[in-house]
Amino acid sequence: MSTTRAAPATSTRADGRHGHGTDPDHHHRRLGWRDRLYRFDTRYMPYLLIAPFFLIFLVFGLFPLVFNGVIALRTYRLDDPTAAGWAGLDNFRQLFGDEDFWNALYNTFGIFLLSSVPQLLLALIVASLLNRRLRAQTWWRVGVLLPYVTPIVASTMVFSVFFSRDFGMANWVLGLFGVGGDEPINWRADKLHAWIAIATMVNWKWIGYNALLYLAAMQSIPRDVYEAAAVDGAGPWRQLWRITVPMIQPVIVFTVILSTIGGFQLFVEPMLFDLNAQAATGGPNGEWQTIAQLIYKVGWKDLNLGYAAAMSWALFLIILVVAGINTLLTNRLSGGRSR
Amino acid sequence: MSAVDTAPPRPAVTATRRRRAALMGRAPQDTPAGIGTYLLLATTMLFAAFPLYWMFVIATSTDEALAQIPPAVIPGDRFLVNLDEVFTLQDVYFAASLVNSVIVSTVVTVSMLFFCSLAGFAFAKLRFAGSRWLMLFVVLTLTVPNQLGVVALYIVMGKLGWNGTLLAVIVPGLVTAFGVFYMRQFILNTVPDELIESARMDGATTMRVYRSVVLPAIRPALAVLGLLTFVATWNDFQWPLITLGGTDFPTSMVAISDLASGNYVIYRRVLAGAFVATIPLLVMLFIGGRQIVRGIMEGAVKS
Repeated sequence: MSTTRAAPATSTRADGRHGHGTDPDHHHRRLGWRDRLYRFDTRYMPYLLIAPFFLIFLVFGLFPLVFNGVIALRTYRLDDPTAAGWAGLDNFRQLFGDEDFWNALYNTFGIFLLSSVPQLLLALIVASLLNRRLRAQTWWRVGVLLPYVTPIVASTMVFSVFFSRDFGMANWVLGLFGVGGDEPINWRADKLHAWIAIATMVNWKWIGYNALLYLAAMQSIPRDVYEAAAVDGAGPWRQLWRITVPMIQPVIVFTVILSTIGGFQLFVEPMLFDLNAQAATGGPNGEWQTIAQLIYKVGWKDLNLGYAAAMSWALFLIILVVAGINTLLTNRLSGGRSR
Repeated sequence: MSAVDTAPPRPAVTATRRRRAALMGRAPQDTPAGIGTYLLLATTMLFAAFPLYWMFVIATSTDEALAQIPPAVIPGDRFLVNLDEVFTLQDVYFAASLVNSVIVSTVVTVSMLFFCSLAGFAFAKLRFAGSRWLMLFVVLTLTVPNQLGVVALYIVMGKLGWNGTLLAVIVPGLVTAFGVFYMRQFILNTVPDELIESARMDGATTMRVYRSVVLPAIRPALAVLGLLTFVATWNDFQWPLITLGGTDFPTSMVAISDLASGNYVIYRRVLAGAFVATIPLLVMLFIGGRQIVRGIMEGAVKS
């Protein structure tokens, strides 16, 4: 291997150290250069290797985050640079009285509930289906990732057609089952239907991904646990809920946190569900406008970046609180039974 | 652990019952799947694949196909016609957008692999003052939702003069905390210390060790990280829309949203474009599916 290729270099240095060289003066100079190189290599090279990450993160990650806080306290309009100045807490005060914000928060929360709960439950079931000795095992696993690699932009456009009022596939299928009655459902006319449509897109996208996370955890459960359960006479369904779920609880908590962070920043689906994909209005009366979408509208349609920054901070705090609450809840629900 | 307490093997069980239970109590992953499992899995696949199939159906159809009951489910023959319309549309720059997406995703992926593996190597195998604290910092940054600084990022890019250029979408993704963390874990677990030490004894420099010891050992991890990064970068929409929207340099995702904007949207065009932009990822899943699955599952166990 390459380690042997490096060997000659060592022997010269070892020779030098022991003073076997014929030209001590020349040797000395070379030693010094090598030593300096060596010192640089061991002392400073590690920092050089990690420097790119810290550089990029500080400039494009951490600084914007902190700077965002500064902008939130200022008047910062893209259309009127002369209006720049300190605004104190005005932006935040405006936030509390802003109906659009509360509406967007309500929508975000509603869509989040309709997407995360079914998503994680179905992912559990898919994972337990995959957690068998299967023929062509890899292909089943790859198959459930189809939605994961599909661009959300592309799939949302498909679903957008799927949920159209006239001639939509969703209404047609529901009609087959006698749901919907004479009037076709207008999926873009009221909150609940719009939420369901968008939640469907989110669920479709993430069930397979979460199922693989659960599957990985399921396969690391010690086998003898199931043996003990069988002695106790537990069937597969009971095994799933009383053994598997409590044992993969850490991963469940992890997915809940992930889907909270993702769900509260939901952007692409509500954006492209609009019949005009860049309007960012979330329906004629904001039926499905989410916070991330509102931030985009306030910042880049209304050109009020200061207010958009304040909204981002509010969203950050909301995510922290909801993720905390969800973690507690999940801990209770998924682990509580066996204790 | 607590699950064991709920179902302790009772002391009274007979030997035969214990043997039968051992057979019954096979772990699920050792139990062959029954016909029901296969049927349910096949149904799952159908749901997973149908929107993609239907995207193709509409992409190959006429406008009339979208205005009929029952909806069309058989592909038409107008894919090239629709595609031609997409490519020749003014103000959408669809062809350019595909090139842009290829450039952005490729540069970001290559750079991620290089810088993340270097940093991961340093954190996993090199001794330097403060390495623990710096690593903790990396892990903490994993939890920060990056979307929250988006307003300020736009202003920073404005000061740099990068808004509306590909630099704005490339540079922030050159190296990420997730990549560094992932590579560190992998190198920690797979590259033996002895191998590095013996290379050191032979006088190899740090970069030499990286090139000839670390790099060959981490090829699987590079494949995983590369695939995940490419998919994520290709599909990114929000930040590219903010910084590239309305310019002549959209990525393909932004161009598709351009197609879907305006007062009257022609869906066969939108979905023809969307389908073209999805193909590269389907090819990747087909070729690298095994690696992507492994990457996701490994990430789950470690987290």
